[in-house]
Amino acid sequence: MNQTNQKQEMRDDWMRQLHQSHIQQVAKWRHKVLAVQLSMLVFMFLLWELAGRLRWIDVLLFSYPSKIFNQIWKDIVSGELWAHVGVTVGETAVGFLLGTLVGTLLAVLIWWSPFLSKVLDPYMVVFNSMPKVALGPIFIVMFGAGFTAIVMTTLSITVIITTLVVYNSFNEVDQNYIKVIRTFGGDRSEIFSKVVLPASFPAIVSTLKVNVGMAWVGVIVGEFLVAKQGLGYLIIYGFQVFNFTLVLSSLLIIAAVATAMYQLVVYVERKLLAGRR
Amino acid sequence: MPESETVIRLEGISQVYVSEREASLVIENLNLQVEQGEFVSLVGPSGCGKTTLLSIIAGLLTPTAGEVKVKGKRIEGPSAQIGYMLQQDYLFPWRTILDNVLIGLELTGSLNEESRGRTRELLAGMGLAGTEAQYPSELSGGMRQRVALVRTLATDPGILLLDEPFSALDYQTKLQLEDLVSDTLKKSGKTSVLVTHDLSEAIAVSDRVIVLDRNPGRIRKEFIIPEDLRNAQPFHAREQPGFNELFQALWSELDQSGGGEKNG
Repeated sequence: MNQTNQKQEMRDDWMRQLHQSHIQQVAKWRHKVLAVQLSMLVFMFLLWELAGRLRWIDVLLFSYPSKIFNQIWKDIVSGELWAHVGVTVGETAVGFLLGTLVGTLLAVLIWWSPFLSKVLDPYMVVFNSMPKVALGPIFIVMFGAGFTAIVMTTLSITVIITTLVVYNSFNEVDQNYIKVIRTFGGDRSEIFSKVVLPASFPAIVSTLKVNVGMAWVGVIVGEFLVAKQGLGYLIIYGFQVFNFTLVLSSLLIIAAVATAMYQLVVYVERKLLAGRR
Repeated sequence: MPESETVIRLEGISQVYVSEREASLVIENLNLQVEQGEFVSLVGPSGCGKTTLLSIIAGLLTPTAGEVKVKGKRIEGPSAQIGYMLQQDYLFPWRTILDNVLIGLELTGSLNEESRGRTRELLAGMGLAGTEAQYPSELSGGMRQRVALVRTLATDPGILLLDEPFSALDYQTKLQLEDLVSDTLKKSGKTSVLVTHDLSEAIAVSDRVIVLDRNPGRIRKEFIIPEDLRNAQPFHAREQPGFNELFQALWSELDQSGGGEKNG
């Protein structure tokens, strides 16, 4: 009796040790990745700073980090930056949410009517392959130079691709899940709400991720064309007065805000899809 | 069987599948009657239209010719009195086990405290108590197929259509589940039609086995299962005298109908 207990304890110890060392190894690996990532970032900025100060690169064009951070700091202190960031983030958020929503609704519509889907197919293909930002000037004349025209530019980029991706995932739902609903006498709207939509949730959420990036393209291009405010405007303004420090500082801010937005979507995704395989 | 009452009646069923390339005859002029409480199995080579036949009885598919009557009434579409079990469980991965088994009640608009309680009892009766809040991915294949059985039984259908429900399971689980299903259905007096590839399964669980021909599908021969085999549990039926002879007879019949996978 005692002996078997002892044996078991020894085995448990051994298993625990194996588990512990596995956890340590995973943690070590993660730290290594993070360390290299951070040092790469620091190294790049240092190199850039050095290259700028020693005039290896054209400072007028490429500026250098301390100058850029100075610029950002100045704009933060004077309060000028917030308005620009606010406008751009607002436009991006609206364009991105509206684009996903309208695109999904359109996908629902053509899923509902296979006839409509077949009819619209060539038009969607044409519209999808077209460079939509070329429509910018038309939107400006239609909606005036401002918020609406910029959001419309964003929508023109995001809607069709969302529709195509979501519609595709609607169609890829396993027919047997639909059969389950049909055997209980469920109709098309029940098939949609109980199976097709929930089964397509992962696809819809992943278009959210794609649309974050798309929305930024639409907004920045839109602001290039019309704006008197926003980060895109700052870039164009900096370019016109040949202040590339301003251009680069705007870019840096865009990179930061866009990453934050993307992480937010990833967080939402994790919340929404919790419990699934 | 004394005082039997015909529950399912197929009259002159033909089914033609039309595609852009051709029209093919899958089932030709098939007549079949299933009595109240009877367990009938359909066996046959691939391409004999077994699953098509189930879909027609379920009302999922309107036959090209002929009609299906259930309790004397012509079938127009799926109804709550017919339950259907598929080859795999097809539990919705985004729903918990309880929400999965309640889907039928939701769809037929009969979800209330009483029916919910009854479904929970059904789950417990199948040895699935405590899994209510879990997701399908957390359960084994056998458990999932039992959940699918509860989902089908939750709406209390009088007729059960089983489309190879054991084929995706490992052998041991399959035998256990055969016993469970056969027991449950016999106790509640349900009428059942099973489609299967497995001859010994067909003999072990059924009252009557029907061998189908293929191209086009029609009834080739009927085997009535003797009383003592019927009364034994499926697992033990396999050891009863007479089982092997029946198996051989079925086998040769199936062989002549072009069984196996030859000729595509």
